[in-house]
Amino acid sequence: MPRRDDIKKILVIGSGPIIIGQACEFDYSGAQACKVLREDGFEVVLVNSNPATIMTDPEMADRTYVEPITPEFVTKVIEKERPDALLPTLGGQTGLNCAVSLAESGILEEWGVELIGARLEAIKKGEDRKLFAEAMGRIGLDVPRSGYAYSLRDAEDIVAQLGFPVVARPSFTLGGAGGGIAYNIEELRDIVSHGLALSPIAEVLIEESVLGWKEYEMEVMRDRNDNAVIVCSIENFDAMGVHTGDSITVAPAQTLTDREYQVMRDASIAIMREIGVETGGSNVQFAIDPANGRMVVIEMNPRVSRSSALASKATGFPIAKFAAKLAVGYTLDEISNDITKETPACFEPSIDYTVVKIPRWAFEKFPGTDPTLTTRMKSVGEAMAIGRTFAEAFGKAMRSLENGRAGLGADGKDRFSEKFDAMLATPTDQRAYYIAEAFRRDYTVADVHGLTHVDPWFLAQIERAVAVEGEVAAAGGLDGIDAALMRRAKQHGLSDVQVAHLTGAVEAEVRARRLDLGVRPTFKSVDTCAAEFAASTPYYYKTYEEEDEVAASDRPKAMILGAGPNRIGQGIEFDYCCVHGAYALAEVGYETIMVNCNPETVSTDYDTSDRLYFEPLTFEDVMDIVDAERPAGVVVTFGGQTPLKLAHALEDAGVPIMGTPPEAIDLAEDRQRFAEVLDRLGIAYPAAGTAHTHDEAVEVARRIGFPLLVRPSYVLGGRGMVIAYSEEYLERYMAEAASVSPEHPVLLDRFLEGAIEVDVDAVCDGESVYIGGVMEHIEEAGIHSGDSACCIPPFSLGEETVERIVEHARALALELGVRGLINIQFAVKDQKVYVLEVNPRASRTVPFVSKATGVPLAKVAARVMAGGKLAEMDLPPEGRDLGHYSVKEAVMPFGRFPGADSVLGPEMKSTGEVMGVAADFPAAYAKSQLAIDYSLPTGGTAFISVCERDKRAIVPVAKHLATLGFDIVSTRGTSRVLKAAGIPVTEVLKVHEGRPNIVDAMKNGEVQLVINTPFGQETRSDGYHIRAAAIRHGITNITTVPAANAVVNAIDAVASGDGRLDVIALQDFDVPAGEPS
Amino acid sequence: MADTTPAHVPALLALEDGTVFHGTACGAAGEAYGEIVFNTSMAGYQEVLTDPSYAGQIVTMTMPHIGNYGVNEADMESRGVFASGFVVREMSVLTSNWRAEESLPEFLVRHGVVAMEGVDTRRLTRHVRERGAMRAVISTVDLDPDSLVAKAAASPGLVGRDLVAEVAVSEPFRWGSEGPDGTLPVDTGILPVSPRYRIVAIDSGIKYNIVRRLAEASCDVTVVPPTTSAREILAHEPDGVFLANGPGDPAAVDYLYSTLQELVGKVPVFGICLGHQMLSLAVGCSTYKLKYGHRGGNQPVKNLLSGRVEITSQNHGFCVDFGSIGPLVTEESAGHSHEANDLAAWVEAGVAPVVRSERFGRVQLTHVNLNDMTVEGIRLLDVPAFSVQYHPEAAPGPHDSRYLFDAFTALLDGRDDYLTATG
Repeated sequence: MPRRDDIKKILVIGSGPIIIGQACEFDYSGAQACKVLREDGFEVVLVNSNPATIMTDPEMADRTYVEPITPEFVTKVIEKERPDALLPTLGGQTGLNCAVSLAESGILEEWGVELIGARLEAIKKGEDRKLFAEAMGRIGLDVPRSGYAYSLRDAEDIVAQLGFPVVARPSFTLGGAGGGIAYNIEELRDIVSHGLALSPIAEVLIEESVLGWKEYEMEVMRDRNDNAVIVCSIENFDAMGVHTGDSITVAPAQTLTDREYQVMRDASIAIMREIGVETGGSNVQFAIDPANGRMVVIEMNPRVSRSSALASKATGFPIAKFAAKLAVGYTLDEISNDITKETPACFEPSIDYTVVKIPRWAFEKFPGTDPTLTTRMKSVGEAMAIGRTFAEAFGKAMRSLENGRAGLGADGKDRFSEKFDAMLATPTDQRAYYIAEAFRRDYTVADVHGLTHVDPWFLAQIERAVAVEGEVAAAGGLDGIDAALMRRAKQHGLSDVQVAHLTGAVEAEVRARRLDLGVRPTFKSVDTCAAEFAASTPYYYKTYEEEDEVAASDRPKAMILGAGPNRIGQGIEFDYCCVHGAYALAEVGYETIMVNCNPETVSTDYDTSDRLYFEPLTFEDVMDIVDAERPAGVVVTFGGQTPLKLAHALEDAGVPIMGTPPEAIDLAEDRQRFAEVLDRLGIAYPAAGTAHTHDEAVEVARRIGFPLLVRPSYVLGGRGMVIAYSEEYLERYMAEAASVSPEHPVLLDRFLEGAIEVDVDAVCDGESVYIGGVMEHIEEAGIHSGDSACCIPPFSLGEETVERIVEHARALALELGVRGLINIQFAVKDQKVYVLEVNPRASRTVPFVSKATGVPLAKVAARVMAGGKLAEMDLPPEGRDLGHYSVKEAVMPFGRFPGADSVLGPEMKSTGEVMGVAADFPAAYAKSQLAIDYSLPTGGTAFISVCERDKRAIVPVAKHLATLGFDIVSTRGTSRVLKAAGIPVTEVLKVHEGRPNIVDAMKNGEVQLVINTPFGQETRSDGYHIRAAAIRHGITNITTVPAANAVVNAIDAVASGDGRLDVIALQDFDVPAGEPS
Repeated sequence: MADTTPAHVPALLALEDGTVFHGTACGAAGEAYGEIVFNTSMAGYQEVLTDPSYAGQIVTMTMPHIGNYGVNEADMESRGVFASGFVVREMSVLTSNWRAEESLPEFLVRHGVVAMEGVDTRRLTRHVRERGAMRAVISTVDLDPDSLVAKAAASPGLVGRDLVAEVAVSEPFRWGSEGPDGTLPVDTGILPVSPRYRIVAIDSGIKYNIVRRLAEASCDVTVVPPTTSAREILAHEPDGVFLANGPGDPAAVDYLYSTLQELVGKVPVFGICLGHQMLSLAVGCSTYKLKYGHRGGNQPVKNLLSGRVEITSQNHGFCVDFGSIGPLVTEESAGHSHEANDLAAWVEAGVAPVVRSERFGRVQLTHVNLNDMTVEGIRLLDVPAFSVQYHPEAAPGPHDSRYLFDAFTALLDGRDDYLTATG
């Protein structure tokens, strides 16, 4: 059955900003889908609020709407574009929820839009646990015993039947948000009350605990002819009880006999049929009782998912791409296998290697939060590694995490709690290290299994790897290691750094010794078929075997080093730049090689570059690829900090670095030398100093003056940068949180209170500089630029100031010798422009700038790296009138980390971003807020409580709110100021002043908007309780005055309802000719 | 969770073309000859090892971790291990599964199977893919590569060899009762609840799961030795005759298809694998050896009658040549006049072509392998008989094709639409 000809225009909904539980895997799926649909001649209309995605590149769709993914905005797009069909299964839960809402409200029917890829009933059956359980009953499959609670009382009644522990899962929430395991009545009440609030239908499933059972996932695809295939089986290393997004997972399944595997296969296909997923991919999760094999179905997702992205990367079978083709009428046997080119997609991949995925957590960013892993996902990214064996892949994955570790411990950084067994028994981000250590301490597999419930098979593999580690340690130094042991160490996943630590050598010596011994890696192909057929797509992984499969080539090669696992501060933006780099370098004639270990990304799609190496971004792994490929150049400036930190070592090893030389990168990072550069150029910067002792810190502080931005180079207790307003606070902070010593100095900068922060992204070719964009931040200096909202063009800066900023940027780029991208952060205070920081590399804002201005900066930079000149690129004029304002806003994960304070500061905490575009700034800002919160309060009660220094500035905000019809309540101090200004205000008690207080009012739903700027630096203060309550109850919560100003203007824009929030496609931007795409 | 870490005994695998692989022993000590073949199933090593069709072959699994879940009595596909040798990347040091009764190395030793691990099995697989199946020897006693290569080159190959006699039963017996020579035990798995059909299965190396599936389809099965004559078979007054899978070169077991030639037309016939090749030979078709065969559980097969694709379990090195049966019957092939052997064209057109055989009339192509467009199934239109090259009984592999056992009973019931009515 070939392609459908009755539909021509397809609306695709993306997944919006990167949040925990929904990351860039949907950029990968969505980009694949858009690409394949357009190749097939369909007109694609896209809605996605995330500017950092490849998916929202103007070339990916015919019409791209960077607009909030809400029924209101998508309806506007539908009215404007009149698509024939809506494909809802590629945008995660967000896209699916939005599509369901449009279908249920009759909008789709009204405009004649057909839902393709999944029927409404199928989505509901898959997502609604009650309907799902009934469906499973009909096909004779077991599910955990359970009941639905609509109140605490219900929950308690159900538990009386099931007994503790129970798993509580709120219905229809993202990534299991609000779910948890309750071991006692107190925990039950806590989780259920929270869950009832989070669930859009106030329903929580209380389920029999299958804690400790084995957990499996199956990735299934089905076409309209009812052909069904299993793309991949995944076995979780962590037993049931840990969210699959937080579990270490392994492909293929390792401990099932064929008989058991086929039962699961049959069940997966039967579930797809029963739920009614007619075309596309689904993910089905199972739990198996290790004692007797009883199998229960946990859940299914009738859409592409995190696991399907992983399965695609693990097997070479592009699920999302094929799902899109199936949705428009093709059948599996009509689609050809991209990798072999000769066999059809209607088959089941066989893999002859082992894949391990390990989540990347970011607990260090959220002090106070509990790092225990539960059914509620907490990780912010993941790394995947491929090896022939589990041990090899596990070791590689452990060193891919970008957490400063070189593998599964044994790297000189092992630190273990005295409560060793308790830590072993508790799933946390640290548990893998504890498991390895347990074997070093001679625990048996049975001991460790008893404490962790991890399958003995996995534990035995780790035990063996630790034994090999022991052999290396016992070899009596590097010279004592022979070729056989060196090879065995590599085959068991040990890195050169670990071997160096174990033998008292340094990494370079290990590498030299290893190569002397003739222990060289081989590269093998990911080919979907276990070598049964020849593969024509070069997708490689490293292993220590006999035969190497890297294809010869005589074209010049450019190698792009990716960004590694997503984490806070290093997200999809860098992947975007890497992908653009690959595209641009291919266009100028290079054979491109991508190296990355993040399975969620577009960069690790085998379609993105000519060759893909799925490898950790360590010196060892990158050098091995360099040795195999001999590239003409390596790009280290697109993937953020991860590749940048390798620049020097690679250059020292004789690897040609493309673009900005590592020396220039150093210069920008060396405070002393950089200050000299700024002095030479006559550019101002905040006074700064370095302290090596406590006394020195106080001395420097007195010289520079408060407030100060304090950055310790070595951090205790997870606290990084802070702003110190007083000597007392500085001393306390130094004593509690920072370790200062001659080796670990503390950096102190004068903090420019109240300054406006500005970011500039530019490209320099050594002769001239192209200013990509000048971004004015909404929040003042002091909030990490990644957490601030910003706007292109600047909305309040004078022309003269902008000109000065641009001049400084040009001068700096040329002076530093940049060949490629540069990002500069400025602060403007009292009309004076200061330089805060320079990064001669791709920045987080490059994709945003590219979307806002229509100039693909990363591509321009890649061409410059390849020797191109800006003057010859026919770029549109800088600073031209764009005809619209674009606002980027950060998305915070505080809802996932109960206990952590939600106040913004110099430490970045956001996971993603959205963009809003409109003709004026307040409307653009309103869209950015709507894209995150899905609604802005347009009336009701606003609570205002600000710290001393903000009291004067808050008055006009309050006045504006009052004009908009808000009732204002305030705590005593603030209310006095507001009353004095003639604003009607009701006083309310602070938390410690008695009851009922402000938090009670918030809990009772009496407050719709909170403006609360932090008071000094006490933690667990009133402000903390207020912010925590706001997050818990989903109340719009603002922590800075500039943001308050912007929000109030945005509310005004929403309320005015005069078309200011109309939708606009990127393709309608006025981009002058000559735009290099 | 028995720890079965073997001592590191070196082992060698030598191929007739001079290629040598080093590893360590993980099964019985000794030396074994066979044709080297690879299997891409990710699970099911026990079923592979105990499938009699692997007689005369040294099997390598492409899945790197083997032995993880041990072995158990219920997953036996025959009375023992028939593969002559076994080569893996990594043998599990530990067994983890609630059904495990023994570790795989223990099992291999008990059955005297020479096995080795630590081999770059992907290199071996690619080698076989590029150079074709070839003679090989695996040894833990002779570690001289030159000597072993010479032995491999001097060993008998599979072509022209009758291995059926070595693997089949010597006396008939009824499934569900004790085997006469104690060879085929009572299967505790599946017995027909109320048998409706009397079936004679000619054993050429039959897998237990075939009989289990027949039993599940209400068949009372009597298994007879391969040399049983047509007259003896008919004396059982069967409702149908089943032709099993089996090892070796189909051309070497001429007695099987001679028997079959006498049976076809007299009694409904269903054949699997070697049985398919026998039926094809009986209708006058020739067979040929595939370069490296189909062995695995992920092979896509299209049923041209239903249009559905089945993911199938396969294990065969020989294949039938549909065009050699006779001239195309254009009017019964939807008017198309493609070459009978242009299978891609028939798949593309969605047509199941018909050719005319001299002996049994019209023969229809029913199933095609989508990977390499080779013949996977035929049916006779003028007499009740059909066969498939692959393994609908799976074990190991997907269950997509189980409908063929119901198709057989539908054929016994005299239904013409038997191949499409039961999917």
